[in-house]
Amino acid sequence: MIKEICKKYAPHKDNLIQILHEIQNADPQHYISNEAVDTVAEYLNIPANHIYGVLTFYTMYSTKPRGKNIIRLCESPPCYIKGSENILRKLKVLLGVNVGETTKDGLFTLELCACLGVCGNAPVMMINDDFYGDLTEEKVEEIIDKIREMR
Amino acid sequence: MSLKRIDLLICCGSGCVSAGAIKIKDQFHSVLKDKGLTNEINIIETGCMGPCDYGPVMVIYPEGVFYKKVTPEDVEEIVEEHFLKGRPVKRLMLQDEEEKNYLTNKEIPFYQKQVKVALANCGYIDPESIEEYIATGGYEALGTVLTTMTSQQTIDVIKKSGLRGRGGGGFPTHLKWQMVHDNPSEEKYFICNGDEGDPGAFMDRSLLEGDPHRVLEGMMIAAYAIGAKNGFFYIRAEYPLAIKRIKLAIQKAKEAGLMGENIFGSNFSFEAEVRTGAGAFVCGEETALIHSIEGQRGNPTPKPPYPAVQGLLKKPTIVNNVETLGNIPTIILKGAEWFSSMGTQTSKGTKVFALTGDVRNTGLVEVPMGITLRELIFDVGGGIIGDHKFKAVQLGGPSGGCLTTQHLDVPIDYESLKERGAMMGSGGVIIMNEEKCMVNVAKFFMDFCVDESCGKCAPCRIGLKQMLEILKRIDSGNGKEGDIEELQRLGETISKLALCGLGQTAPNPVLSTIRYFRDEYEAHIRDKSCANKVCLDLMHFEIDKSRCIGCSLCSRKCPTKCISGSREDKYTINQLSCIKCGTCMDVCPVKAISKVPGMHPDVKAKREAEAIKQQNQDE
Amino acid sequence: MKTLADLKKIREKAQEEMKLRGGTTRIKVVVGMGTSGIAMGAREVMKTFLEEIANRNLTDVLVTQTGEKGLSSLEPVVDIIEEGKPKITYGNMTPEKVKKVIVEHIVNGRIVSDYVVATGN
Repeated sequence: MIKEICKKYAPHKDNLIQILHEIQNADPQHYISNEAVDTVAEYLNIPANHIYGVLTFYTMYSTKPRGKNIIRLCESPPCYIKGSENILRKLKVLLGVNVGETTKDGLFTLELCACLGVCGNAPVMMINDDFYGDLTEEKVEEIIDKIREMR
Repeated sequence: MSLKRIDLLICCGSGCVSAGAIKIKDQFHSVLKDKGLTNEINIIETGCMGPCDYGPVMVIYPEGVFYKKVTPEDVEEIVEEHFLKGRPVKRLMLQDEEEKNYLTNKEIPFYQKQVKVALANCGYIDPESIEEYIATGGYEALGTVLTTMTSQQTIDVIKKSGLRGRGGGGFPTHLKWQMVHDNPSEEKYFICNGDEGDPGAFMDRSLLEGDPHRVLEGMMIAAYAIGAKNGFFYIRAEYPLAIKRIKLAIQKAKEAGLMGENIFGSNFSFEAEVRTGAGAFVCGEETALIHSIEGQRGNPTPKPPYPAVQGLLKKPTIVNNVETLGNIPTIILKGAEWFSSMGTQTSKGTKVFALTGDVRNTGLVEVPMGITLRELIFDVGGGIIGDHKFKAVQLGGPSGGCLTTQHLDVPIDYESLKERGAMMGSGGVIIMNEEKCMVNVAKFFMDFCVDESCGKCAPCRIGLKQMLEILKRIDSGNGKEGDIEELQRLGETISKLALCGLGQTAPNPVLSTIRYFRDEYEAHIRDKSCANKVCLDLMHFEIDKSRCIGCSLCSRKCPTKCISGSREDKYTINQLSCIKCGTCMDVCPVKAISKVPGMHPDVKAKREAEAIKQQNQDE
Repeated sequence: MKTLADLKKIREKAQEEMKLRGGTTRIKVVVGMGTSGIAMGAREVMKTFLEEIANRNLTDVLVTQTGEKGLSSLEPVVDIIEEGKPKITYGNMTPEKVKKVIVEHIVNGRIVSDYVVATGN
């Protein structure tokens, strides 16, 4: 599968970031494995350590398996002013995990991130590609429940 | 075939989508279908309309009725009352202070002082339709430039307009262009910087989402002026909708023959593609951005060489911000004089600002340069939410500075802001009320910059960390005499020595808050007191015994069991074990518990005793 | 697309599609769609206006609706508003009458006096 993703792009080093995004999105655990790194290194003809350098520089990549749904709560000042700390506390209680951890059922990983650019509706979080704004503790509970039900 | 009688414009910018706009749109589709009205009414998804706080918002033409905070339950009523019977739903309209409804979107004060140039089409057209963009005059500027003007003439128009970069520094756009134009290199590149990362800024996202063809047209005009055949949109991965829209715009422009070989029958050929970031604030810096496009870590490199001389793949490269490009088609169409007639001596045209924080109308606004902060915050922004007072405004994100009430009449332009220790930045305006602690805010911004520092140069990597440690020390009640001076010394050094813009400007929030709120820093250090009761170590909770009814609820709910007492003696908090979670205050039925500024004497005494003990051990 | 003239053609067509948002039209048709209007057949009247105007490709006419005006006995009521001319109100409208109003009034500028129930504001 990883080879197939690589082949969508020309074997140039400047496609690395796009290839890594696609591999990570396709992986059910949202991470980039050591094997994937080796495959990409071979395809682009670059050393694996260069890829690890890139992987660890950008915050959106993970080298460890994560949950099915990545929750990224914005911790930037506009959200902070509107009470993102309470939302974080609520999420920790609801999920029973700390920041950077995955729930036991593998459904959620809780992460913090820099500004998501939806500050007019602060506090904001992103779950995978979807934005949720004007968060309140009740709203967060509803959103998490809904995702749990969908499973 | 049937004529449409209503255009329903639903804002589908990320703000409104996060508030549930998609559900509303689907609901309209299904209700209109049920009632057999699909032939009469157009549903159009637009980009950001601006007043995000009221999301989901929509405008209904031909009347121009504006609805706010629409829920799926409201849809049936809107269709039944407004679409069928012609009676707009009053309770969903915006009201003024005397509860009079604003009948159309043009009457709303939020829009009145605004002049929309870059955002002209945002919230007015369907961003996925190239035809609607063309209907507003789109691609006319590109056609005019390619068929009637030389590249030098194009640069001259921009020069005359006085346009300066909208991404932060405010470098004159034409100077960059001229440099690359004059470079004889065969290969040149044009990059649109869509790596908007300043906390509190979201104009680039809205423009890319709401009017992608405008940015694309601006890029093609610029590429023609400098002689580039290839362009890149570098957009942060946190903006999936913007990425989708710009990709679609590129595809539609190609299909229409507006991009590719010999555009408008001229010798100009152009291709563009989209590259995404992966979560690194520093990639908004142009050299870091170029490395990221090349598939490397986004570390900045020293300038010179400037990208205009040696940029992407070592070729001359222009990096322009999204909003800058958004101004270009209109400048070409309406002329340099029109553009430069707006603004101040040094800053021409309009600027988009993102209003956030404790302001009534959060959202996106575009105003002429030179407007005062007062007009921006109180007239356009509608003032402070609730019964609060304005205290400070942070302009320009983590690189900017805090200004205060004494600056409300300062005209907003690049130079006036810089003189006072703030900066235009990308246009993020974070407004704070009197309950905010400026030391805490400064610490927060510093924390952000430390997180986002790429670690390449020592002043930024080590220096910012030291500043953060001092701020944490002050914030936790361990501040010392001389800390303020040390922060200033470090800040000024880092400003001079850091490699890139991120490091050079990172001390600004601290330096500007020291400049305007020095008394707060002093109170934190000397009196061990946070007047606003924000810094937890410098405040405490107290139970007012005259009001306490001895119900024991606080004691039972306290997670650390630090509240004791009885019905007769009332309750007291053991300050040494209190973790300041605030649960007791929330549960007290008679509101006998309150926050009090200052470190509690018991805690102070304990800390002093520990310090002495430590000292003795060290000796 | 190779010339500015090609672009202009696309623009004119697209502007036509967006005219509801522009507000530069010659004639505005306002159908009274209050409860009594609808009870008396205003929906059919509205539909006929929309279809006929589309079929005849009348690009400078805008059709919109309004609420009850208090002329219950004359419903369905339609106002024809033209820049610089007094407003004409037609009453007791039917799809057949609509077709005549379009041909006579909107296309040829001749008011159908038989149907007029009020003029001016």
